[in-house]
This record gives sequence, C-alpha cells and structure tokens, in this order.
Amino acid sequence: MAYTLNVNGKTQTVDVPGDMPLLWVLRDSLHLYGTKYGCGIGQCGACTVHIRGRAARACQVTVQNAANAPIVTIEGLSADGTHPVQKAWMDLDVPQCGYCQAGQIMSAAALLATTPKPTDADIDGAMSGNICRCGTYTRIREGIHRAAGQKAEAL
Amino acid sequence: MTSNVNRRNFLKVSVAAGGGLMIAMYTDAFADLLAQGRGGPPPPPLEPSAFIVINKDNTVTITAKNPEIGQGIKTMLPMLIAEELDVDWKDVRVVQSDVDSAKYGGQSAGGSTATPGNYMPMRQLGAAARAQLMAAAAATWNVPESSVMTMGGGTVMHHASNRNLKYGELVAKAATMPAPALASVTLKEPKTFQIIGTKVPSVDNPAIVTGKPLFGMDMNLPGMKFAVYEKCPAFGGTVASANTADIKKMPGIVDCFVVEPNPQNSLSGGVAIVADSWWTAQNARKSLKITWTGGADNSTAAFDTNAVALSKAAPQSVTRNDGDVDAALKSAAKTVTAAYQYPFLVHAPMEPMNCTSKFADGKLEVWATSQTPQQAFQIATRLSGLDAGAITMHMQRMGGGFGRRLANDYIAESVAIAKMVSGVPVHLRWSREDDMAHDVYNRAGGWHFLSGGVDAAGKLVAWRDHFVTVGSQSRPSGSATLGNTEFPAKFVPNFSIVQSINESAIPTGPNRAPGSNVLAFVMQSFMDELAHAAGHDPVAFRLAVLDTPPTGANGGVDAERAKGVVRLVAEKSGWGKRTLPKGTGMGIAFHFSHRGYFAEVVEATVDAQKRVKVNKVWVAADVGSQIINTSNAVNQCEGSVVDGLGQAMSLEMTLDAGAMQQHNFNTYPLIRMRQAPVAIQVDWLLSDNSPTGLGEPAMPPVIPALCNAIFAATGDRVRSLPLSKHGYSWA
Repeated sequence: MAYTLNVNGKTQTVDVPGDMPLLWVLRDSLHLYGTKYGCGIGQCGACTVHIRGRAARACQVTVQNAANAPIVTIEGLSADGTHPVQKAWMDLDVPQCGYCQAGQIMSAAALLATTPKPTDADIDGAMSGNICRCGTYTRIREGIHRAAGQKAEAL
Repeated sequence: MTSNVNRRNFLKVSVAAGGGLMIAMYTDAFADLLAQGRGGPPPPPLEPSAFIVINKDNTVTITAKNPEIGQGIKTMLPMLIAEELDVDWKDVRVVQSDVDSAKYGGQSAGGSTATPGNYMPMRQLGAAARAQLMAAAAATWNVPESSVMTMGGGTVMHHASNRNLKYGELVAKAATMPAPALASVTLKEPKTFQIIGTKVPSVDNPAIVTGKPLFGMDMNLPGMKFAVYEKCPAFGGTVASANTADIKKMPGIVDCFVVEPNPQNSLSGGVAIVADSWWTAQNARKSLKITWTGGADNSTAAFDTNAVALSKAAPQSVTRNDGDVDAALKSAAKTVTAAYQYPFLVHAPMEPMNCTSKFADGKLEVWATSQTPQQAFQIATRLSGLDAGAITMHMQRMGGGFGRRLANDYIAESVAIAKMVSGVPVHLRWSREDDMAHDVYNRAGGWHFLSGGVDAAGKLVAWRDHFVTVGSQSRPSGSATLGNTEFPAKFVPNFSIVQSINESAIPTGPNRAPGSNVLAFVMQSFMDELAHAAGHDPVAFRLAVLDTPPTGANGGVDAERAKGVVRLVAEKSGWGKRTLPKGTGMGIAFHFSHRGYFAEVVEATVDAQKRVKVNKVWVAADVGSQIINTSNAVNQCEGSVVDGLGQAMSLEMTLDAGAMQQHNFNTYPLIRMRQAPVAIQVDWLLSDNSPTGLGEPAMPPVIPALCNAIFAATGDRVRSLPLSKHGYSWA
C-alpha cells in the first residue's frame, strides 16, 4: 500500500506494508542510513528520530502511523552538520564506535528544544532511553551541556 | 619462525594516479603480526603496501590498514605516519584499506596489539617519506641533504638560502629518487611531537554526527537482496527438515534453502531466507517450520551444581604450585575461605552482525565487518571455492566489536548464502535476538574456590584457587582460562592454582580483556578480604604483597609498575585522607593485562534499599612512555569503566536446554545514562616503556573496585555476579 511520508521537509511516497516499522522504511526504502537498528523493541534508542518535534523510536512506529506527520532524521537535523549538538559532539570527540550516536544526538536535540538549559537530572531523564554500548555517557552529558552553552555540573 | 634470512624492511616510491607521490612499505614486523594472528608462519607479503600518497595540492592521503570497531585505530595509525612525515593534520585525508594480507601484513582488531605492533613501523614509514622529500628538495636546489630540514606543514626549507618548497611541489622529483632504507631513518624526538600526544578527534566524526552511511549495516548496492538465517536455539543443532518450499511461495521471497554446517569454516547449519526487503525476510521466519537434530543440553543450574561437586573432588590439573599451601594455611594466623562465581555474558555490540556478499562473473566481493578480516578472507576463499585473486573484501566501520567480531561466523553465512543467489548482492542481517542467541560467549561462566592465609604480622603467606571452568575433553573453552602468572602469582610464597572442567558445549571466545575481565573481580575481591582479615588498609596490603620477593616461575606483573599505579590512584582519590559519610565507601583494585597496568578506585554510596550510586571513579594507568591520542585514550578508559560497572551490576546470560534465555535488551539491561558515573578521572603514569594499547586493560579493575567499595560502605562482601542477584540496583 502507498503511504505519503514527510521526511526532512521532503514529501515522498512509499509502497510498503502498513505495519512495517518506520525504521525499515527510512533505511531500506528511503536509503536514509543514519537512523540505526539496535534492538527493534524500543529499548536502545539507536533509531531515535523526531516526529512532530518529539523524540520517537522509529522501530516502534508503523509507517501507517507516521504517514503525513513531519519527521526529522539525523540527516535533516541540520543542512551541514552545524546543529549545536552535532558541533559539540565533534568538539568533544564524543563517539567511539559511533553507531548509537545519531540516536543520542536526536534525543539530545529534542531535549534542548524544550529545555534549553538542562540540569544533569534533565539529561538523565531524556537520555536514559539511549544505550551507548561503548560507554560514552560522560562525554554525551558534557556534549549536551556544551551545546546548551553551559559548563558541566560535576566536572 | 627463525631463519638466517635478513629481516626485510623496505620502501617503494612511485607515481600515484593524479600525479602524486606514492610511498609503499614492506616490513617484516607486519608479517610477524600476521603470523601471530594465524597461529603460524604466513607466506611473506609479496608487495609493499601503499600507505602514503602526497598529492600535488600538498594534501596527504594516508591509508588506515586496521579494522575500526570504535577503538580509534583509523585515526591513530595515520597520526603516527603524519607526525613523522611532518605535515599538518588538517591536510591529512584518511582512507580505509581493503583486506589484503599481501599488502598490509597484519590487519586485525584484538588483544590491544595495534599500538605496540605499529608504533615504530608507522613512524618509520612517515620518517622515510619525509627523508625522501628532503632528498628531492636537496637535489632540486643542488645542496647537501644535510642542509635541508622540514618545517612542519609539509614544507622543506633550506635555511642558508632561505628557500622552501611544499611537498606537493616535490612529488615529481621525489618519485624518481631511490627510497631510503627504512631502518636507518631518523625519528623525531618525542618532545617535538606536534600530532602524537594531542587531542585528535576521530576522522569519521563528521560522517557519524550527520548520519552518513559508514557501517556494514549501511550497505546499499544496486539490486541488493536481504537475507536472514535461522539456526538451532541449542548450540550445534542442525536442520533435519524445513518447510522451505512453503516459504518460497510467500510474496517478496526470493529464495529459501537449508545450509549444511561446515564447522571448519565457522559455518553453522540453518535455514536461509532471501527476500526483497529485510522486513519481509524477517517476517517470513514466523512461518518457518524446522525440525532440529542434536545440539547442546547445558543449563546454568547443572553447571552450578556440577561446579560445587568438582570443587569437592581432587582437581583435574595443576596450573601452578609454589611452596606448601596446605602447611602454610595450617600455620597461618588467619585464614579466609570463599567461593566466587560469575555468569556467562554476551558481547552485544550495538550493531548486530551483518555482512554483504556478491557472487558474479566468477568473482566474489564481500563488504565485511570483522575484527579478523584476514581470517574472514580465508573462510571466504574456502567456502567460495575461488582463488584469492578472485575475491575482494572491503572493511566497513563496525558498530562495536568487544571481541565478538573476532569470530567470522556471520561472514561465512553471508558467503554461503550469496553463493546460492548468484548475480546479485545479498545483505545478511542478524536481528538482536540472533545476536544474543548465537554469540561466541564471554565471559564464560566460572567458579573459584579460594583459600588464603595471613601470618601474625598480617603478611599474605598462602593462596589457593581451585578454578572450575567450562570446557570439554579436559581443556577450557575459549578464553575461559586462568594462566600461571595471574596476580598475585609469584608474590605469595605458598601459592597454587588447580583446575577442573565443567563439561560444556557452549561456544566461547574473547571479550574485552578476555579472562582478565572477570579474574580481576575474583583476585582483587579476595585480596581485599585478606587485607581486612589481616587488619591492614587495602592499599597498604597490596603494596606489601608487591614488595614480596618473587617465588617460583617469573613473568607476569612488574612490581614497580604495579606499585606506581596503586600509589598514584591512592594519591589522586585521596585514599584514607577523606572522611566519608555513612553508607559511602571507597574500593581499590589493581590489574595487569594487555601490557597495561591499571589501578582504580570507586567511591560509591549504598542506601538501605541496596541502591548504589557511583560518585566517582579514579583511573591510574601505566601504558608506557607516550599517550598517542589524548582524547581517545581517555574515552577508552571512561568507556571501559562504564562497561565494567554495567556488567557488574546487571548482566547475566543463563542457559536452559542448551539455549540462552535472554534475547534482547529488556532482559539484558545494559547500563544507561542515569546509572553511569558522572565523574571519571584518568591519570597517566608515564614510564620508560614502549607505548601499549588501551582498548581493554582499563576495564578489569573497575568491577572489584566497585565490589570493594560496596564492602567498605556496607560490610557486605559480594562473591558472585551480577550484583543484582544480591538485591543491589542502581540508585
């Protein structure tokens, strides 16, 4: 069945089963590979995108439920990698393997959109749905504070 | 391999495509690394590998030869070359090599070996290239070579005449000149380093933060099909029958077939489904009807029962025996007896296993994610039946390794499946459930039955460990070993390690700091128990043990380096100097592995509900004379600490009827942001030793440091992992 998706400001039509998770539509139909697969059950956050401005796990949203809603993926977060979170991630050399980081960045950007000056507790709340198997949490926390123009609390 | 053939190290210079200067290297050091990786002598590399291309525009393209799993090697190896080449890092472009043992010698990610194995050869290569360019400049100016020097930024200068030339201007001349002898090149003095010893962010960061395709999972090739592979839940089981004909009739399915096992090539038997999309293939698995035959029947309950029985019987083998442990225990002022235990873990890198292969026109092309790509190449050669010359294997960035991708089972599957679907590329993608059900598990579960004794002065005089480990036919399973130099071996006058085998058919292999990742928990927790039995401070007790004159076989820990990091971490953490509130404690642990010396202190607060908050972790490390990339070095240590804390608190894989019972992150709770410590301090103890690796050795000590901190805070000694089994949770 055909569904109309609004991804990164572009309207596109895909012909896929209605129960297909948005994650696989983004990756395998639209060839947007920044959104990652880690668990498929909404536990790891590697597939985090913005739907109507809110962080959502693309593996838990079917294409039929995502149709027509504005969706932003890591590819659309900024035109050229200059979103404050992306810049902070590069400045602080946050990634190790890098696989989870698109999801981390999307969760962090959604947090800052609603909470421009987050506390450590805010960060814990917004970021604990994203697993980093390499354990870069210290730098992720610092990166969010940096993107918010803050000094880290504990460092 | 010993021979009277001269060691060979040489360079080859030639004109690169586009008119640049290409500098290629052959060195026996890489051949040796390759030999170690294969467990035997290899055929020597045939042709020098092109590592450096100096372009006419003065940019430099450097090839990174090793697989990148997040350990930072794709950035670090080129840093070593660029430093000695004396160029600005901003002018460097890094490209990932393909898999080619003839060109690159050893290409692997494992054992924290890349730093010790490449630190000198990569620098020599860069220095040789610089010498070549200096010689070209001297010839151009008709001045002695000794009168020219490089000025950084890819510039050669002749001071006397105040002339300079950019490397890009010298490439044509340099390509016509003989290459310098690699061994005789002059290396920089470390104090003049401009790139080594600085913060150099990962070269892939711009692609990572913008979501560019980069990983094995991100492959997109024209006409590509998607495969899933169903294997027996019980390890080693094979297909007796399957309804492949029914599956083939389903919409979107390209093919469905049984693959026969080929254990010599890491291939398990199973059923492959190939479809137009992965989602279609994955959904079709629900319609599979497979009858399995054979397979393991191990269970966690039986392992535990059997381990206790084995501990009461005579040990099956002796690993080490110094002095007279029985007599020393009898005469000791105080003795402690304790049983320690730890469960199986799964590696669970964030990117599930995957591989893309294409058979066409008598050739095979593979896009691999492997920590041992040269072994993967050999497997691909044997399974395809093709000559090595007909196979191209590319290396994709990997979403984590941790040792999982040392095994190439999923690459074998990809090649075997693609061979059946010739003409189009096939992307095999495991689900997370596949990943957790079919790992090469580690840690392997293990059991330690310990006795120790201290004399009236509180000195450690006796230590015995009856180690019960999984294995078969009287041999431990992969990485489920305890060697004869494990600390405190040689520092206790009466010391023995004996061993018995718990029969197991579960595949195991290395995980980050294999063996060490859990032996440190046992040894350093029991060391703490003995310190408290002796009535001594845990830091002072460890230093006293390290001051004990060696007994028996030598090797293993260097006492001076060990004491250095123990003292440093005590100083940095304010050990014994701070008054802590009730319910807060500090624990120390030391461990030596992968050539690195690490002492770590955890400060933790434990509340009445056994909720644990790690306030801070201090890491003191001696990995030699030079930290190469100061950013990634700290990142690796922080990640290792977080990894270890997560394992200690919550992680466990259990078995029933030969199958693992945890299938995804809902039942295998990896550590999260709110649970991880906010503050981790890393201090380096620079020593007069060659630089060594950082992918692994920071991890082992943090587990016992946490357990020792919990003891200090509560008086509760935890002797089995994970802590969650004892009622603990994160605050």
